[in-house]
Amino acid sequence: MEKPSEKSWKKQPWFWSSAVASVILRLVLIVYFPNTLNFSSRPEVSTPLTSLRRLAEGYWLKQSSMSPYAGSMYHGSPLLLSILGPLTIDRGEGKSNHLLCGLAFVIADFITAILIRAIGQLLQVADIKSLKSLGATTHLNVSENFPSGDIAALVYLWNPLTIITCLGYSTSPIENLVTVLSIYGACMRLVPLAAFGWVIASHLSLYPVILVIPLVLLVGSGLDTPPRKLFPYIDDDQIQNKKSLNRIIFSWRRVFLFFLWASIWAFYVLILCGISLKDYSSLGEMFKRTYGFILSVEDLSPNIGVLWYFFAEVFDFFRNFFLMVFHINILFMVLPLAIRLHHRPCFLAFVYIAISSILKSYPSVGDSALYLGLLGLFVNALADMQFSFFLFSGYLGTLLLSPVMHNLWIWRGTGNANFYYATAMAYACFQIILVVESVSSMLNHDRALKKVSFCVNKFE
Amino acid sequence: MARLLSIFLLLVFILHVASESTEEVVEQIDGEEFTEELLFRPLPDRKVLSHFHFESRVPPTNSYGHHHRLFPKAIYQLVHKYRIREMELSFTQGRWNYERWGGFDPVSGSNAKPPGVELWAAFDVSPDQVDASWKNLTHTLSGLFCASINFLESSTTYSAPDWSFRPLSSNLRYGSLPREAVCTENLTPWLKLLPCRDKSGLSSLMDRPSIYRGFYHSQRLHLTSGEFDPMASDHGIVLEQMLTVVLQPDALETRGRNLQPNWSMSSLFGKTVDGKCALAKSSNVYVQLEGSLVHNMKDEGDEGLESNSNFEFSVSPDRIMKEINSFHREHSSILYGFSIKDHHNSKPFDLGFKWKLPVTWSCVKAPLRVSRFLMGSGNERGAIALSLQSTEWSQSLPKVDHNEEKCRLKVDVFQVVPWYIKVYYHTAKVYVDGVPQSFGDAIEKLSVSPSEDKVSPGVMEMSLKLPCDMKSASLTLEFDKGFLHIDEYPPDANQGFDIPSAIISYPDFQTRMQYKQDNASIKSPMVSKMQEKRKILSYTEVLLVPLTTPDFSMPYNVITITCTVFALYFGSLMNALRRRVGEEERLLKEKDKKSGKLQLLFSKLSAKLRGKPWDPPSSSSSSSSSSKFISSKVILKIVLIAAIAFGWQYYSG
Repeated sequence: MEKPSEKSWKKQPWFWSSAVASVILRLVLIVYFPNTLNFSSRPEVSTPLTSLRRLAEGYWLKQSSMSPYAGSMYHGSPLLLSILGPLTIDRGEGKSNHLLCGLAFVIADFITAILIRAIGQLLQVADIKSLKSLGATTHLNVSENFPSGDIAALVYLWNPLTIITCLGYSTSPIENLVTVLSIYGACMRLVPLAAFGWVIASHLSLYPVILVIPLVLLVGSGLDTPPRKLFPYIDDDQIQNKKSLNRIIFSWRRVFLFFLWASIWAFYVLILCGISLKDYSSLGEMFKRTYGFILSVEDLSPNIGVLWYFFAEVFDFFRNFFLMVFHINILFMVLPLAIRLHHRPCFLAFVYIAISSILKSYPSVGDSALYLGLLGLFVNALADMQFSFFLFSGYLGTLLLSPVMHNLWIWRGTGNANFYYATAMAYACFQIILVVESVSSMLNHDRALKKVSFCVNKFE
Repeated sequence: MARLLSIFLLLVFILHVASESTEEVVEQIDGEEFTEELLFRPLPDRKVLSHFHFESRVPPTNSYGHHHRLFPKAIYQLVHKYRIREMELSFTQGRWNYERWGGFDPVSGSNAKPPGVELWAAFDVSPDQVDASWKNLTHTLSGLFCASINFLESSTTYSAPDWSFRPLSSNLRYGSLPREAVCTENLTPWLKLLPCRDKSGLSSLMDRPSIYRGFYHSQRLHLTSGEFDPMASDHGIVLEQMLTVVLQPDALETRGRNLQPNWSMSSLFGKTVDGKCALAKSSNVYVQLEGSLVHNMKDEGDEGLESNSNFEFSVSPDRIMKEINSFHREHSSILYGFSIKDHHNSKPFDLGFKWKLPVTWSCVKAPLRVSRFLMGSGNERGAIALSLQSTEWSQSLPKVDHNEEKCRLKVDVFQVVPWYIKVYYHTAKVYVDGVPQSFGDAIEKLSVSPSEDKVSPGVMEMSLKLPCDMKSASLTLEFDKGFLHIDEYPPDANQGFDIPSAIISYPDFQTRMQYKQDNASIKSPMVSKMQEKRKILSYTEVLLVPLTTPDFSMPYNVITITCTVFALYFGSLMNALRRRVGEEERLLKEKDKKSGKLQLLFSKLSAKLRGKPWDPPSSSSSSSSSSKFISSKVILKIVLIAAIAFGWQYYSG
């Protein structure tokens, strides 16, 4: 029964050909249209945190023996500065100087897609195994399942948002890569890799810190399974199976190892940062200029998030209060989601990434590209999600409308800030609906599984 | 008797001499002096530059004490309170036209100022106290001159130039307010510092409507003090007050004949001088004719200096000074001096200047013609461009040095950019004749202190090294426009924001006008000022950058809408998470029944505590007990909230 499907996701020339095609498309766009597309100046693509232009300024400041954080230009990691900085130097002679950077981002995108595919394959294997143990395979008709890893990887690679981010020379592809790397490491139960990805990702953009819960769950109890509550319905002959499931339920040793590795990596990263900033600045300044900048929303330039206009307009004496409220809003949902979805850590990671990319201080479409790619991993579970067409058109509409409104406001001066703010609001609403719908349909999927397994157990 | 008489006479004579000498001694010890001077200079574009120069001096405190007759007490206290080494404040309206009015000579070099208020001060305090002194100084000056100089207090408006503004400028702070309007309310306190105010002397010429009608109006106050410098202990405090006005004389009678307009004091100012200020040591009026003008005037000779067929004065000059060692070949300028010692009410001094033959000339320009402009459109980003074009002056420079090296023209640029113009310094590009230059090739020295949001402005000091034979050079810097909080916009936000003038200086060139003074005893501070070597400075235009504005009427709407979206997120996600389908409810109930033992125990325990007989759990009793329990919980909550509120009130109040 599962043979054809297995075959179909073992050798798939169409996956590789389309993946390579997407890479070629990127390269063609980078090489032949270096200046015509000009995505790097779009506020949707490059935020103050991820803009490569600011990184170049930071690198220039560092080269002229000043702190890269002098002035309020650069807010990224000093490690990124050492890696990407040399690539941004103007070679002169009218050559497109960002070619190498573009290449780096294409590679990062490709690796991310490959990792997503690997995660998807692992998930699918685990899914089939747990369904089999429930004895529900016959009822759910597994043969109709899509190879979710391939789909997710291709969704990531062919997503116009990913392509735009890659061409827009923002550092989000790198951030996405390390985030996916940490999930992959946790899925493979490679504790050092997971810890490395988590530490680097939170070092680069702070928000992946909340991924610690899904990562710990993944490392401790393994991949996504249907809720454990279902297993009591299984008959006595399957108790053996249940025991084996219970045995791998949570390994504290791995969690401890995860934190040990995480602290080692964090220490290592801090030392590296300290070395690279040694002569110009201090780690304290680094934290103030990176995490402090993220948390205090100092830059009020427009982006697709919800916070910039709010903090440009809000009365000064409420500013701190609202800063706390908005940041806590992300943290508030962490625990309820973890309680409800603890049996599906990968999905939990997806929800966390989506939430933080909606509510973060300087969101860009690169963050959306990541969670839309990860959404592809759950294509089987979320098959009966509501409003998918509505959401698709909503995304499309807001993303087309946003440059128009920006143009009207900033360049033509015929619109005003409210136009652009309205699209940002609409975009946030669509994202919220997507998250809520996916969560509730995942819960429904679990319910359906329960029903099926109940029926199976009753009639057998 | 005769002998006695002769002795008496001798005594009287000796006494008289003694008294005179003591008077002289007193004057020398006194040393507090005030001079007033006025310089006129016809400008090539049918305008007249009039430059008032008042100077008050006071000897050092340790030799002279704290009491003065002439020196303004406000300034004295200012110098002592903030330990000012040097300070200059200028109020300017209009823009100095470097093309037509010259940019090389000392008068234009030191009197051309950027529009609005410019203030710089060097302090004699330890480096960590400079900022505090500056802040206090701005507030004091703001009160003293009825101007909003106190806006320079904020650290986003002033900067500490390192080397390009003045050499060896330690403890110096520089700030400017390009949009400050200058009017009589600034002039009146300035005049109050003069011993005669505008009641008599040259300052009585300052008729407000006529001096504010001018094309350029710059009122300056320059202060140097050696009070805190042990090396210059005899320096004291020198206060120079200068007012430079460019006026257009009424040219009705000369229009037809292509002559330059005739002018007189009364036609320019509508007033005449009724004698000198009684407290002034000297009171002189000068007329300066520029070198190129003298050169262009026909049949000019040595004897033509006094009586010229080209022009005539209504009052004959007391002295004539000719410039020596002029930088510019045979073009040497002439200074006519008029002293107004013996004029009084009935015989007012009214200097007139009348052209007899048409003449055209041009001023000596700065080495390069500098202009600054903005590039790009839209409110997101742009670029500042500084264009330097060679003038005929720089084209006359030798192309090759004596040691066979290519001649290079050094240009220093000092530019302060407010923080909301976020300059990318790595995009700095220098073009010479349209060809991009490599960084090290054209830029000799560059020090940048990048702007920090809402904390400090961006300061760029750059030393350019340009080939002498170039036609034009330009420097471009890209920037992003910042977005401000609504409170940070000025009342007319859509007018745009000003970027203060950049200062261009040429460190290789110095200007001075050396005059052969026929009478060394007449020491004129203004003429000696002209003889000092000074750097050639020019200011660029002030740039007006429009910034995007948010909707100023929206705060409540934005707050409510954003919070609604957050509520939507929170509410719907929470609802999705805690929604139960029927079956699950049943499952939970079964679970409750299983784990009901604990509740049973709890209710037993609570009943015991209350001293009531425990009745077996029926649905009604359990509900009532739970309701009671809830009510006690509610009370507890209320108490807790009240305590928190009380604590909050206590600590925050």
